[in-house]
Amino acid sequence: MSGHIVPVRVYIGVFLSLLVLTGVTTWVAFIDLGPVNTVVALAIATVKMLLVILFFMHVRYSGGLTRVVILAGFLWLALLIALTLTDAFTRQWSPLPEGWGASTATPQSPR
Amino acid sequence: MHDAAAHSYGLAHHFEDIEQQHEAGNLGMWVFLVTEIMFFGGLFAGYAIYRAEYLPAFEAGSRLLDIQLGATNTAVLIGSSLTMALAVHAAQTGKRNAQVFFLLLTMVLGATFLGIKYVEYAHKWEHHLVPGLRFAPDEMLKPGTSLPNVQLYFCFYFFMTGLHALHMIIGMGIMAVLTRMAWKGRFHSGYYAPVEVSGLYWHFVDIVWIFLFPLLYLIGGRY
Repeated sequence: MSGHIVPVRVYIGVFLSLLVLTGVTTWVAFIDLGPVNTVVALAIATVKMLLVILFFMHVRYSGGLTRVVILAGFLWLALLIALTLTDAFTRQWSPLPEGWGASTATPQSPR
Repeated sequence: MHDAAAHSYGLAHHFEDIEQQHEAGNLGMWVFLVTEIMFFGGLFAGYAIYRAEYLPAFEAGSRLLDIQLGATNTAVLIGSSLTMALAVHAAQTGKRNAQVFFLLLTMVLGATFLGIKYVEYAHKWEHHLVPGLRFAPDEMLKPGTSLPNVQLYFCFYFFMTGLHALHMIIGMGIMAVLTRMAWKGRFHSGYYAPVEVSGLYWHFVDIVWIFLFPLLYLIGGRY
């Protein structure tokens, strides 16, 4: 049939890369890099996602139409997140009403 | 290709050839997955906003999760994606026993993931970390940490992992049907679309977890 048959060793290679990246991202979480921690974690997650999409999901071997649909999907996701965040981060919020202040972490008796 | 042989290979008459039918099937699945991306995307956007707004509480909440169980589950799920890819490979090359074996293995790994998830949820219940029902953390949090905001973090935790777990349960139901079909020898090198398309779904669920793991477990500052 038409589907491209990916050699098993490619799958094994992708699997091992994903495991290594999982180890690396977990290890980095224990090192204090400040805000860079978040950037590294998301960058590694994106690389892992690309490995899964390109090889496990065969997009590396798929046609242009499928690729355009996937890219359009991610474009819409980017719009959803970017526009929502620009709105949320640039608003002036009204102050909390009297008596609505957040409680603090004083020990409470468990129910 | 418009001959009897093509039809016996599963070519529907409204497609030009088997290549076009194959691409149409995968494209349809991808369109569905794009709706799923947007579905989870709303949760990710909400998480980003509230994490930025209540960063100390979200970091405190994140540190209450079990990073070892989270990392183990990531590895288990990646393993299940490998066995799913191998199940598709076995269908493409027409190996019936290998299809059944890899589909069952995928289900076993999926069940392992859900089992570990259950252990985590049980811990959260024991340690009073279930928002709304039972929330009063036993662990000492940094003074000044807002408890309602930690509770909000756990709302996101349970909604995001819960929705992901629901997708896994649905996926395992699909696997069960596929295993039965594979056992009956329904798939061969000329017809394996159900296995391939279900594989796309399973890998998508894997990708959602690939992002949930760092966002929920890792970026809270473990040092």
